[in-house]
Amino acid sequence: MPETIQPVFVEVVVNGYTYQREVEPRLLLVELLREELGLTGTHVGCDTSYCGACTVLLDGRPVKSCTVLAVQADGSAIETVEGLERDGELHPLQAAFSEHHALQCGYCTPGMLMACKSLLDENPAPGREAIRKGIAGNVCRCTGYQNILAAVEDAATKLRGA
Amino acid sequence: MYPAPFAYHRPASLDEALSLLAAHAGAATVLAGGQSLIPMMKLRVGEFHRIVDIGRLHGLSYIERRGDTVHIGALTRHAQIAASPLAREFALLGDVAGGIADRQVRTMGTIGGGLAMADANACWPCGLRTAGARAVCTSPRGVRTIGVDELIVDSYTTCLASDELITEVQVPLPGAGTGAAYIACKRSAPAYPTVAAGVLIALEGGVCLRARIVLGGAGSTTVVSAEAEAALRGSAVGPEQLAKAAELVVGAASPPADARGSESFKRAMLRSLVVEAGQRALARARGEQTTGGHRYA
Ligand SMILES: Cc1cc2nc3c(=O)[nH]c(=O)nc-3n(C[C@H](O)[C@H](O)[C@H](O)COP(=O)(O)OP(=O)(O)OC[C@H]3O[C@@H](n4cnc5c(N)ncnc54)[C@H](O)[C@@H]3O)c2cc1C
Ligand code: FES
Ligand code: FES
Repeated sequence: MPETIQPVFVEVVVNGYTYQREVEPRLLLVELLREELGLTGTHVGCDTSYCGACTVLLDGRPVKSCTVLAVQADGSAIETVEGLERDGELHPLQAAFSEHHALQCGYCTPGMLMACKSLLDENPAPGREAIRKGIAGNVCRCTGYQNILAAVEDAATKLRGA
Repeated sequence: MYPAPFAYHRPASLDEALSLLAAHAGAATVLAGGQSLIPMMKLRVGEFHRIVDIGRLHGLSYIERRGDTVHIGALTRHAQIAASPLAREFALLGDVAGGIADRQVRTMGTIGGGLAMADANACWPCGLRTAGARAVCTSPRGVRTIGVDELIVDSYTTCLASDELITEVQVPLPGAGTGAAYIACKRSAPAYPTVAAGVLIALEGGVCLRARIVLGGAGSTTVVSAEAEAALRGSAVGPEQLAKAAELVVGAASPPADARGSESFKRAMLRSLVVEAGQRALARARGEQTTGGHRYA
């Protein structure tokens, strides 16, 4: 049974930059980002597909990067929290999270921001219920969510106005 | 947590995938969206030495109507199905696809994987059995089409051969006067249903011609009861008939007590879900556009 496992060549574009790596097939996307590419903004919370802290966008759609193999992401464009800020300017979602105290410990925040970004990309004017559903896969132990809802509404308004 | 090491194949065609599965008879595991398989590999539940990743077989990703049937490629993601106009036309599809887990899981998870996993608590087995759907299965020996009720033979067990793939799911569209609904009771969005019910009702002149009631999380596979369905047939279905049918079908169920709830809690919840899904199915049979989510408890 034991055989030498062949590494697999993977090319991904993360926040606009192309990376090529030879990886073990079992490498998880979140480990590719954190350990191989040094992008530690994406957090591992539960590591059991539940909490959403590891959420990144894969070709524009949210995924739990602890539950995606790096080889599955081969050839894809990935967005992580590091890609939100532009030229030293916070993304409107980041600014709104700060203004509305939508984070306390900040552990859930990178995943929460990416889930919210993909929600607003899909639906620029979500109501409270749509926001609640949109972040149903993201657990926050600190805030009680109310300030997150307020921040997303505010950011949505600003993004529509911009 | 890392999965144990495994050899990785990424076939570029269905034929190549089938040859790989045949060549490694029984020793290779199919990877679709990975939303059931990767958690199992990380927890090292089972042994996975060789993975055949069918995720790039884009030809198996589609949802379209042909005549009175919705054809859904096995690799179509839950999110794609939820966003399809066909999920509004046949609202049961939207109930299932839009109610699985969260947006992240729905991005990756596929209808084929959701069926092949044959989890007694999962949404597609219950919802698709309610709809009377069939699975098109392809192996090096050819193609066969089997009802979802025959495909799933036991908990986590299908009748698929080790070199056979689900390639398409065919869902008959309900005609005028027919409505269906699926409702699950969940503890949170990213959790499997505790229990669930799917109900389909065909009305003619206000009288029930045909009914289907399917329970999820109520035994080792989905549960149906001919007596319960007979209790609806021939009646102008109302709360009384639905309650009677619920009593009968839940009587045929054996929901296991587990961390999600006691047996009596699950029975009570199943009875109430059958009535609620029945009422939603009736409204839809009468042409009303009703949507509604799962219940959280
Ligand atoms: C946090 C979380 C919450 C979830 N909540 C729900 C829920 O509420 N309701 C629900 O129904 N599901 C839920 N799921 C499961 C989810 O729907 C999965 O997407 C689904 O069970 C499997 O689909 P997949 O494409 O990811 O399959 P994979 O994980 O890739 O494969 C699952 C199994 O099916 C086999 N397989 C896959 N495709 C085929 C095929 N075409 N032919 C033959 N065999 C195949 C694989 O070999 C494997 O054994 C949840 C998952 C997670 C991680
Ligand atoms: S770390 Fe991925 S879902 Fe919790
Ligand atoms: S801010 Fe602490 S978990 Fe969300």
